[in-house]
Amino acid sequence: MTARSSFVPAPWLLAGPGTLFFVGLVLLPLALTVILSFHAYDHSSGIQNTFTLSHYVAVVTDEYYLSIFWRTLRIAALTTLICAAIGVPEAYILSRMRDPWRSIFLLVIIGPLLVSVVVRTFGWSMLLGSQGLVNQALELFGFPAAKILYTETAIVIALVHVMLPFMVIPVWTALQKLDPMVEAAAWTLGASRFTALRRVVMPQVTLGMLSGSLIVFGLSASAFAVPALLGGRRLKMAATLVYDEYLHELNWPLGASIAIIVLVANLCIMLAYNRLVETRARRTLG
Amino acid sequence: MAFLTLEGVSKEFGTFTAVRDVDLKIDKGEFVSLLGPSGCGKTTTLQMIAGLVEPTQGRISLDGRDITHEKPNRRGLGVVFQSYALFPHMTVAQNVAFGLEMRRVPQAERTKRVREALSLVQLSSFADRYPRQLSGGQRQRVAIARALVIAPPVLLLDEPLSNLDAKLREEMQFELRRIQRKVGTTTIMVTHDQAEALSISDRVVVMEGGCMTQVDAPYRLYEQPSNAFISSFVGKTNLLAGTWRRNGASSAVDIGGVLLEATAKDIPAATPVTLSIRPEKILLREAGTGRLDGRIASRFFLGSQWLFTVDTPVGIVTVSAPNQGGEPPEEGSAVGLDWSPANLRVIADTAVAA
Repeated sequence: MTARSSFVPAPWLLAGPGTLFFVGLVLLPLALTVILSFHAYDHSSGIQNTFTLSHYVAVVTDEYYLSIFWRTLRIAALTTLICAAIGVPEAYILSRMRDPWRSIFLLVIIGPLLVSVVVRTFGWSMLLGSQGLVNQALELFGFPAAKILYTETAIVIALVHVMLPFMVIPVWTALQKLDPMVEAAAWTLGASRFTALRRVVMPQVTLGMLSGSLIVFGLSASAFAVPALLGGRRLKMAATLVYDEYLHELNWPLGASIAIIVLVANLCIMLAYNRLVETRARRTLG
Repeated sequence: MAFLTLEGVSKEFGTFTAVRDVDLKIDKGEFVSLLGPSGCGKTTTLQMIAGLVEPTQGRISLDGRDITHEKPNRRGLGVVFQSYALFPHMTVAQNVAFGLEMRRVPQAERTKRVREALSLVQLSSFADRYPRQLSGGQRQRVAIARALVIAPPVLLLDEPLSNLDAKLREEMQFELRRIQRKVGTTTIMVTHDQAEALSISDRVVVMEGGCMTQVDAPYRLYEQPSNAFISSFVGKTNLLAGTWRRNGASSAVDIGGVLLEATAKDIPAATPVTLSIRPEKILLREAGTGRLDGRIASRFFLGSQWLFTVDTPVGIVTVSAPNQGGEPPEEGSAVGLDWSPANLRVIADTAVAA
């Protein structure tokens, strides 16, 4: 007879690679960034080995940084809103399609993700430029040319374009789980098509919409390539600001503290939003 | 004048005809079942009445009003779906109130009517629960209350009992009939379960391959099925293929040389026919004293009755006999089969093909 050991290695071994990956690639760099953000910095001699809170103080008191944070928040929120406004109806139409078409349109929706973000963004800058297709079309119909490239509008347009699949897919999944007869039941009880959608279909896809908007908001708030290429040198968002601090100013501690602030702010907003919507939806949907 | 009329209603999906030329007149207060195997077009017919599927041809009218192309939300019919289709994010009371809300019924009256509807289906104490907190039978009753609260002229039930277990299904059959009698609403129920259709309907409509093949009261449908399909689908029956013989006043079915006396109208001599006799109409006798001799191949005890399969010169015949308490004939023993010739149904084979 062998004595049975209370230590069973299999679960640990199975979880090991994933844990190692997570620790090495997420927790460790994050910890290093946090530490870095407290290091003092001197323009002539670089990073000092003394610790200070001055970077955080500088960031939260400087109008320049705050305006960039506001812009990031505004653009991310606007992108999420537009994605929900376009993506939810799109997902509904998709869920009502018959099969060859459904697969084709699903591919069309996922399409933007298959093209490199840089290539796609350059495409937008060609379309939106002062002599781009959009301005040419505007002039053709007698409207004055508009400055679109290097504005927030350009950033939002390109972000919506790439973020849409992240909204459509969770909402579509939620709709898949819906009994199509539930909508028919609402019609037979006297609801118009619109009322049935509003009162019966919409409340049941709230959870899908919630996860969709969390993904879209998080990715938009930390987007780099789109604001870098379509916002130009002057219109910065949080991610491009961090990039500039690191690679242009070489002030790594300041860059690190901005990154941490963005991360914490993002987390707070998403958790609060999650709590707000999810508790309400969970109570009724179970 | 009938209350609900279907005239030549057909529905085609592409090249497939789901429902062909259905003519049906339903009187006010009647309980009618559409019975048939799956894919026979019974649910499509119901959905056309509900307005969820538009007929390709034909006319549907309700109380003299043509509703063929009217939108489902303007018809005001009560529908109970197979999946119940309750609104999962609303409480039982909110589910039931939905139809009244759509009709802009004032709050006070709405509350009163919801309470009445819930007490009708005996769910008053469940008003504040969500559908997911209810059992299958309770959900089904919520669906009925939700459909009835709007006082619809016609109640449509799509396989309402198919998701319930056998015991609950039997209880709900009587419950459904009780509610329908009490409210007096004209009701159309779709079902593939012949026992369900026979036990609670005033009339049964049998559908086969998109066509209506017989409309009759349950007992007449059972005793006088118009074709072999119906006689085997509605209840159990023995089907024996033979040839029709006529000799002056007497007539019989010739099955492989055995002549079985039977009567039928309008069948010319020498026509191939199918003979149908129900297992409970056959009586077991001493060997040699019946109309047909045979040997018991197997016997099954079903509690209230015995089921025998008897090997006879005309083929295997199923016989059922009530359990009288005594020991029935053993397997392998010789028996005689007897019946009253009036219980034999002779169906010309052309009717089977139709």
